Amino acid sequence: MAAHLKKRVYEEFSKVVQIPHEEAPAKKLRLSKPSKSAALHIDLCKATNSTDALQYLLQFARKPVETESVEGVVRILLEHYYKETDNSVRLKIASLLGLLSKTQGFSPDCIVDDAISALNNEKSHQVLAQLLDTLLVIGTQLPESPAVRQRLIEVACKHLSDMYFGVRNKCLQLLGCLGMVDSPLTKDSEGLGTSLGAVRDVQSIISDYFGDQDPRVRTAALKAMLQLHERGMKIHEIIYEQACRLLTDDYEQVRSAAVQMVWVLSQLYPESIVPIPSSNEEIRLVDDVFGKISHMVSDGSWMVRVQAAKTLGSMLQVSPHFLEQTLDKKLMSDLRRKRTAHERAKDLFASGEFSSGRKWADDAPKEKLDSNTVNLIASGACGAFVHGLEDEMFEVRIAAVEALCKLARSSASFAEKCLDFLVDMFNDEIEEVRLESIHVLREISTHITLREDQLDTVLAVLEDSSRDIREALHELICYTNVSTKECIQLALLELLKNLNKYPTDRNSVWKCLKFLGSRHPTLVLPLVPELLSTHPYFDTPEPDMDDPAYIAVLVLVFNAAKSCPTMPALFSDHTFRHYAYLRDSLSHLVPPLRLPGSGLDVVDSRCGSGSVESAQLFLQQSLIRVSTIQNLEAPGAQDLLDFTIRDLRRLGELQTELAGAADFCATYLRCQLLLMKALQEKLWNMAVPLCLKQNVTATAAAQQILEETYKLEFLYSGLDSRQVATIHHVRLQAKALQLILTARTRQGLDPLISSCEKFLQDIESFQRLFLTELPHLQDSFVDKLLELMPRLSSCKPVELVKILQTTLRQSGLLQLRLPEQIHRATATIIEPTGESDNPLRFTSGLVVALDIDATLEHVQDPQNTVKVQVLYPDGQSHVIHPKPADFRKPGPDRHRLITQVYLSHTAWTEPSQIEVRLLLAYSSSSTSLSSSSSSSKLGWSDSIDSLPPPEAAVEGTIPFSKSVKVFIMPKPARR
Amino acid sequence: MPEIKVTPLGAGQDVGRSCILVSIGGKNIMLDCGMHMGFNDDRRFPDFSYITQNGRLTEFLDCVIISHFHLDHCGALPFMSEMVGYDGPIYMTHPTKAICPILLEDFRKITVDKKGETNFFTSQMIKDCMKKVVPLNLHQTVQVDDELEIKAYYAGHVLGAAMVHIKVGSESVVYTGDYNMTPDRHLGAAWIDKCRPDMLISESTYATTIRDSKRCRERDFLKKVHESIERGGKVLIPVFALGRAQELCILLETFWERMNLKAPIYFSTGLTEKANHYYKLFITWTNQKIRKTFVQRNMFEFKHIKPFDRSYADNPGPMVVFATPGMLHAGQSLQIFKKWAGNEKNMVIMPGYCVQGTIGHKILNGQRKLEMEGRATLDVKLQVEYMSFSAHADAKGIMQLIRMAEPRNMLLVHGEAAKMEFLKGKIEQEFSIDCYMPANGETTTVTTNPSVPVDISLNLLKREMALGGPLPDPKKPRAMHGTLIMKENSLKLVSSEQALKELGLNEHQLRFTCRVQLQDPHSDNDTLHRIYTHLKSVLKGYTIQHLPDGTVMVESIVIKVSSSAEDANTKVLLLSWSYQDEDLGSFLSTLLKKGLPSGLC
Repeated sequence: MAAHLKKRVYEEFSKVVQIPHEEAPAKKLRLSKPSKSAALHIDLCKATNSTDALQYLLQFARKPVETESVEGVVRILLEHYYKETDNSVRLKIASLLGLLSKTQGFSPDCIVDDAISALNNEKSHQVLAQLLDTLLVIGTQLPESPAVRQRLIEVACKHLSDMYFGVRNKCLQLLGCLGMVDSPLTKDSEGLGTSLGAVRDVQSIISDYFGDQDPRVRTAALKAMLQLHERGMKIHEIIYEQACRLLTDDYEQVRSAAVQMVWVLSQLYPESIVPIPSSNEEIRLVDDVFGKISHMVSDGSWMVRVQAAKTLGSMLQVSPHFLEQTLDKKLMSDLRRKRTAHERAKDLFASGEFSSGRKWADDAPKEKLDSNTVNLIASGACGAFVHGLEDEMFEVRIAAVEALCKLARSSASFAEKCLDFLVDMFNDEIEEVRLESIHVLREISTHITLREDQLDTVLAVLEDSSRDIREALHELICYTNVSTKECIQLALLELLKNLNKYPTDRNSVWKCLKFLGSRHPTLVLPLVPELLSTHPYFDTPEPDMDDPAYIAVLVLVFNAAKSCPTMPALFSDHTFRHYAYLRDSLSHLVPPLRLPGSGLDVVDSRCGSGSVESAQLFLQQSLIRVSTIQNLEAPGAQDLLDFTIRDLRRLGELQTELAGAADFCATYLRCQLLLMKALQEKLWNMAVPLCLKQNVTATAAAQQILEETYKLEFLYSGLDSRQVATIHHVRLQAKALQLILTARTRQGLDPLISSCEKFLQDIESFQRLFLTELPHLQDSFVDKLLELMPRLSSCKPVELVKILQTTLRQSGLLQLRLPEQIHRATATIIEPTGESDNPLRFTSGLVVALDIDATLEHVQDPQNTVKVQVLYPDGQSHVIHPKPADFRKPGPDRHRLITQVYLSHTAWTEPSQIEVRLLLAYSSSSTSLSSSSSSSKLGWSDSIDSLPPPEAAVEGTIPFSKSVKVFIMPKPARR
Repeated sequence: MPEIKVTPLGAGQDVGRSCILVSIGGKNIMLDCGMHMGFNDDRRFPDFSYITQNGRLTEFLDCVIISHFHLDHCGALPFMSEMVGYDGPIYMTHPTKAICPILLEDFRKITVDKKGETNFFTSQMIKDCMKKVVPLNLHQTVQVDDELEIKAYYAGHVLGAAMVHIKVGSESVVYTGDYNMTPDRHLGAAWIDKCRPDMLISESTYATTIRDSKRCRERDFLKKVHESIERGGKVLIPVFALGRAQELCILLETFWERMNLKAPIYFSTGLTEKANHYYKLFITWTNQKIRKTFVQRNMFEFKHIKPFDRSYADNPGPMVVFATPGMLHAGQSLQIFKKWAGNEKNMVIMPGYCVQGTIGHKILNGQRKLEMEGRATLDVKLQVEYMSFSAHADAKGIMQLIRMAEPRNMLLVHGEAAKMEFLKGKIEQEFSIDCYMPANGETTTVTTNPSVPVDISLNLLKREMALGGPLPDPKKPRAMHGTLIMKENSLKLVSSEQALKELGLNEHQLRFTCRVQLQDPHSDNDTLHRIYTHLKSVLKGYTIQHLPDGTVMVESIVIKVSSSAEDANTKVLLLSWSYQDEDLGSFLSTLLKKGLPSGLC
């Protein structure tokens, strides 16, 4: 009965397979080629009306077509094209032709003739436009064929006079994309000289359409010209006037394109001279363009305004007095016609006639000055940025701020001038704009020195409730120069106020004061007695060392004292003590000082600077020393390893530059040491049944090595494939060890067989991944295993284990080569600090939000890898994935995580501590190396499917920050 | 020629009582219908008897358009519609329609209940008047009747303020009302498309002012308030209930929020709550920021701003109070001012214009001792600050609007004459267009040059196309032959044949003939041949035939030769051409008159 059933199932199964025989994925290439085009042919013949045909075509378009069958399909489509009467179907066919000619490996030159002949017989304008589009695609696919290109240009020129705007658009696009860059059209076109006009080149043809009646065509003409420019053709200056006229076009897209066009011209011919209309004077072209584009900043359409504001930022060659006009709104006079005799009158005028609206009744009519030179509008650049910065749309404002930044970076005097405006932007209603303007000010701060009143307005923002703004401002203050000691005092005062109001800003404020101090030692000097509240006669009480404000003051003073040797003389006794304490506890903020009576620091500072090389040397030497260990069982090897590991760890602590490398080496050596120890256990000499208990340590060691290898692989950045191979090699050894240990426990044969198979797979995948590295792994464990591979794969598990055991014990230590730059991913949780004794109380069952603030260094792609883990006292643990938006990037290789985690628990009777830490998630399949090597492998392997999946992806997490304890207290809900 | 006539009944070279009559294409439109703040007698309303001495206005006006809800733009509306009598449509935007009656009611209460005037419009009249209002949407074209259409554009200034584009046929007028070209904390900037009206009627309050950047002003304002609060002082900001008040509220509210300040802000109650309600509703009329964030939080739902109670004024500690009215001439703001004036820690910030004679005006001019009623004097020790937050376009803004709209003529209203004069000069110089600034009751007339649309027959067009250039170029006029037929109020351009057919007329041929005498010793036939070769060499590209019947044909022009009777050497050439070939014919006759060149064989 069962047999009968089975048979029936089998029958049914086979039936099901046979029906969709045509579409079976195994049938490829050659077979599907006729079927595909044939199917299309049949479909199209079947279609009784145009709607049906359109449907078939649409369906057809959804599936990809193989390279080999493209040609056939194209033929069929063309055939139908000639027969078809309905416009929409022909349109679809034309668009399909374009799509198909994009297929890789298909050379579309064979259909050029057909497409052009179709074009010549076509009546419908829409279809014409589509056909031209197809030709455009074909043309861009065949960049190396001047003949085709020439023909296409001819076609385009011929259809330029079409009535329908779409056709003209496409023709212009075609000209823009294919027009000859280097030569006029006539050069290599003997047969067609007359039709194109003997002297006309692509540019003049395109520029004819700047005056087309349809705005879309005008836009297309401008775009085509820009396209020519992008392709490296030098645009003639003649079109400048035409392009300028289009700046006042009625349609925004035309104006927008025209802005780009004149900008391009200004970059090409900055120094050529153009006349000013309605006067006999001349100015540089770039200045003229600058004036015109400035004008566009007050355009009616905000798209154009954004465009104009952005463009202004890239016009660095503009003359300074034009540049400065952009910030001056009151200057009404036409500065272009610069007549020095009028300057005075103008100034009088600017100050007298127009009121600013800031003072009451200052617009009372006064005697009228000669207003002949006064020009309210045409003076272009006037106040462009003033307008841009108070635009309605924040997009425009941001563009204007960015443009200011670019211009200010190249011109110090402009930077000075735009300062006030940027500071004004700190008050924008949209935070994005505020932030951007603070960043911009930071970027240009090398050029400027803040005056007291300016600093005052800048510092006012320190009270902002947004953390981003405050931190950006701290960053800004780090880079700012100030002019007087009052400024320093003011800044300190405001920063302390900030510290008081937002205690979480502590680190940032300290850092800020560190820079402020080291930048202005001479300005701090006169303030020292006041700051430290010392008195010439009386002893003042010793301030509280834990007060963040006091620490802030000390950070400022100590950093100033670094380059001001007279300062320590002003310190009182406790200041020295505090210095010693802070130098130890906040060494990143407090610099080493030459203090009288403390020789230690002097030594410290000496060796701190010059010892990177020596440390590097030391690292190398330790590694060489270790490499002398030939055999894992060599006597004294363990001790040597032990010492080296200790040395390296200490080195890492001392020398922050080498911390990553030293740590990496130490961890690697530790793996080797563990392996060595595990192999030297006595259990190997014992009979199998006796050692059940003893092998616990060995198992633990194997497990630990595995974990360490994952850390090595994922926690450190800057590894190259050689190191990764070494790490994988250690991992393989650990797995071998595990396998041997499993074999010894004798749990049965089945699990052993499967783990053996798995191990063999591991070896294979190792070989595959590190094919290029194998030569470097001579004499290693893997090398030997690979030699024995044929035997291994055929032998019995028990035998395999034996082989492994001997190989493992004989294998030598693989030498570690030090990579260039290794950085260890680290994370520091700044918030919560874990110091609070007040428990966070909340009603059990509900959630409470805990703010987390952490800095991450050298973490790649933190958005996907960094998680937050919360451990409850009862052993529960939660892993929380922060939102991608919670990560900020304040600098290269640095990230900042500011997020909230939600905690919840059932009621406790006592407040208790939970632990919060950051985890780095990894997956062994996602290592950068393996992904790159597997993709390179795709090239030579026929199909990726035939291979087994490389290796079961191991997902895991590595804790990479110290855990922080937080007191929480879920209270039972009150009823 | 058609004309556009504009007569201001109010706001001509003046601020207040805006009311402008426009006649365009046979339609009469009243733009705004406001009252004057400075008068308490008949002069406070526009003089409607200018339109008609007695009887209702309905038959003289086609529509009334109100630009925004300020009383100097809508204060006389119930008076006009109910007491003088007008039943036609009144157009205003939705927010204006919502807020306008509140203000009118308030105005009525003050005049009737407080001042005890009689013969004033009643609440019922306001209601009746509002029933005649037709609401407008931005950029919506409304057909008032078959010919007259109006369209509203955003004007900034206050919530719901609009500019209107009025169009009859191809003639058009734009009236700006009050507008603002720089956006503020709650409203966007005015915008208009390039509609090229025949006349742009613009306000010109700040004709001679170019204001500092808005941010400067805001920053100064906030800094002053903040400093005063930190000192523990009290800040009084006198405002009018609607418009600027909301902007300043938002400014302070966001500042408080950003800076985490705790000092209380109060707003004297009254109109405000109702009005704020409407501000919350008409979010689409506000600026980008408010429109984008209202889903999370409506900016007009203030967190820090609470209603004011009279007793709060004596509370210790810092506070900020917005109080009405704006010029410190009466009411709550004056009471608070009196209480706080003695303390130099306190501050008063005047955010707008103050009329002469008000206390606001006095203290702004630096007066430190004020005489109060009952011979008491008040020492002013508190700080006085002026901060212009008025939302009118400045000179540059007006120029910007002109550039946006590109009008053919310009007319200034709502401003002081001296300042207008200055701006007028500027406009004429910059744009070279005419600029007018009529006084009240003075009529400005502008002739327009409207284009007359004509139907053209397709055949004629196609024929013309076939003749000339590649594409019709809209920028260049082109001459063509055709017949214009005016029939039953419609114009048609057709080919002459069709015109003949349609009108049932016979075609007449007009031919010119001309004799030219020529000295030529050859025989007739030879002469003819010589003429033929000569013409052949001169007129290239024309068909020239030498026919066997002794004539030469150039296109359709016939040339015959005969010897004269007296002298065989004098040949008489007979030229004949039809009217259509006039050009060629006259050219030939002058050519042949010069004689034949001797070199010909």
